[in-house]
Amino acid sequence: MPKKVRVGVLALQGDFREHVESLQRAGVEAVEVRLPAQLKGLDGLIIPGGESTTILRLIDIFKFREPIIDFIRGGGPLWGTCAGMIVVAQKATDLTRPTLGLINVSVCRNAFGRQVDSFEEDLTIAAGDFAQREKPFHAVFIRAPVIEETGAAVEVLARLPNGAPVAARRGKVLVTAFHPELTPDLRFHEFFLGFSAMKE
Amino acid sequence: MEKGTWLLKRGLAQMLKGGVIMDVVTAEHARIAEEAGACAVMALERVPADIRAAGGVARMADPQRIKEIMGAVTIPVMAKCRIGHFVEAQVLEALGVDYIDESEVLTPADEANHIWKHTFKVPFVCGCRDLGEALRRLAEGAAMIRTKGEAGTGNIVEAVRHMRAVQGDIHRIQTMTEDELPAFAKSLGAPLEQVQEIKQEGRLPVVNFAAGGVATPADAALMMQLGADGVFVGSGVFKSSDPARRAKAIVEAVTHYQDPAILAEVSRGLGEAMPGIDVRTLAPTEVLATRGW
Repeated sequence: MPKKVRVGVLALQGDFREHVESLQRAGVEAVEVRLPAQLKGLDGLIIPGGESTTILRLIDIFKFREPIIDFIRGGGPLWGTCAGMIVVAQKATDLTRPTLGLINVSVCRNAFGRQVDSFEEDLTIAAGDFAQREKPFHAVFIRAPVIEETGAAVEVLARLPNGAPVAARRGKVLVTAFHPELTPDLRFHEFFLGFSAMKE
Repeated sequence: MEKGTWLLKRGLAQMLKGGVIMDVVTAEHARIAEEAGACAVMALERVPADIRAAGGVARMADPQRIKEIMGAVTIPVMAKCRIGHFVEAQVLEALGVDYIDESEVLTPADEANHIWKHTFKVPFVCGCRDLGEALRRLAEGAAMIRTKGEAGTGNIVEAVRHMRAVQGDIHRIQTMTEDELPAFAKSLGAPLEQVQEIKQEGRLPVVNFAAGGVATPADAALMMQLGADGVFVGSGVFKSSDPARRAKAIVEAVTHYQDPAILAEVSRGLGEAMPGIDVRTLAPTEVLATRGW
C-alpha cells in the first residue's frame, strides 16, 4: 500500500483549521503550512477562506509565490475556497497585489455585497465524477467572490440560479466561491482528494 | 436562498481567524491597516486611548465617517455601538457594516440589558472577562467573542487575565462529569446546554479573539499562544511612532505566533510602542472592562 495521503492547508490566515478537520474526517493526514519548506512531499494544497488581501500579502512576505507555482507545475493538486479562489485566479478586482494566476478565471471580489448579503444556497454539481450528484450541495457564501470569465479548458462545476459560475476546475486546480469546510458534507473534499490519484 | 443565518454570522468570524482587526478613525488609517494586512478594520470616532483621555460620553461613530471608511477598503468593516443601544445597532446595520461590536469601550446605554442580537441580520461580537460572560453574550446572539482586556492602556495584563479565565474554565469543564455541569453552569451564570456543548467540543462554539492592551508583536503572539483565534489592536497601532510598520509586524506575529525566531525578526526596530498605563493606577470608574455583566 502507498503511504497515507498528506494534504497541506495554507495556514497564513483564515479558516484553515476547518479544512484540516474536514480532511481528517475524510481520512487523510492534514498539515498546516506556514513556511514554503512545508510544501515538500504534500499530495495536495488547499488555500482556505479568509481575507484575500491579507493572505496575498503574507504569501509575498514569506516567499510562497514561486514555491506554490512550482508545486502546481510538479503536478500537485490545488484547491482555493473563497479567498483562496481569489488568490489562485488569473486576475481579481480591487487588489493591489497580483494573484497567483494558476487557473485561467477572472474573479470579482465581494460580488454579492457586504456581510448582510452573505447567503446559503443549494447547488447542483456538474462534475461527472462527483459523488451522489443527484443530491444538492448546500453551499455557504460569505462576502463571496464570483467567477466572471473562464478561459480555455476551464470546466464550470456549479452555477447559482442566475447562472453565475461559483465552482470551476482546470486539470488539478479547483476553485469554489463557497466554503465546503463549514458544512458536514465532505463530498467536495473527497472530490479534491481524487485529484491526487489522477495520472498526469 | 437564506441570509442572516447563524452559520453565516459565525462563518464570517471564522474567516477572520489568524488575523488582526485594527481600530481606525479615518479612511487614511483604514488604507494603512489594509495595506499592512489587517483582516478587518473597526471604525470608530476615537481610538480607546483618546476616548480615555477625552472623558465624557463615548458614542457610535458618525455614519459619515463609517461610510468613508467602508468606501476606502475592500476588507470587512466593523463598527462599535454602546452596550444595550439597539438603535445605534439598527443604524449600523442600515449602513451595511459587516460586524457590530457591542462594546464596553463606549459608554453603556443600558446597565441592565445587552442587545438581543438574534433579531439582527448583521453579526455581533461582544467582550467578555470570563466564560460565563462569554456564554451570556452567546445566548443573546453574539456570533463572535473577544476577551475585553483593558482598552487604551497598551498593557496586556488584563487581556491575559481574561483569556486565562475563559480557557481555564473550558479546561475545568473537560475534567468534570455530566452530573457536575448543572452546578458549574449555575456558578458561571450560563445556560446548561452551552456548558454541555463545551464539554463535548472542548472549545467555545464561536471564534474568540483577544482585545484590550495589545501593543507589540510579542503581545499578539502571547494571546495566540494562550488560545486566541486572532487579535484586535486598538490604540496599539495608531498611537505608536510608526503605525504602518508596527501594524505589519503584528500581522506577521499572529501568523507565526509559535515561531520565536520569526517573532524576533518582525519585532526589530519598530520604534516607540504606545505609552502604557499601569492598570492598578486606574480608578474603578476608569476601568472599561467592568461595563456589561
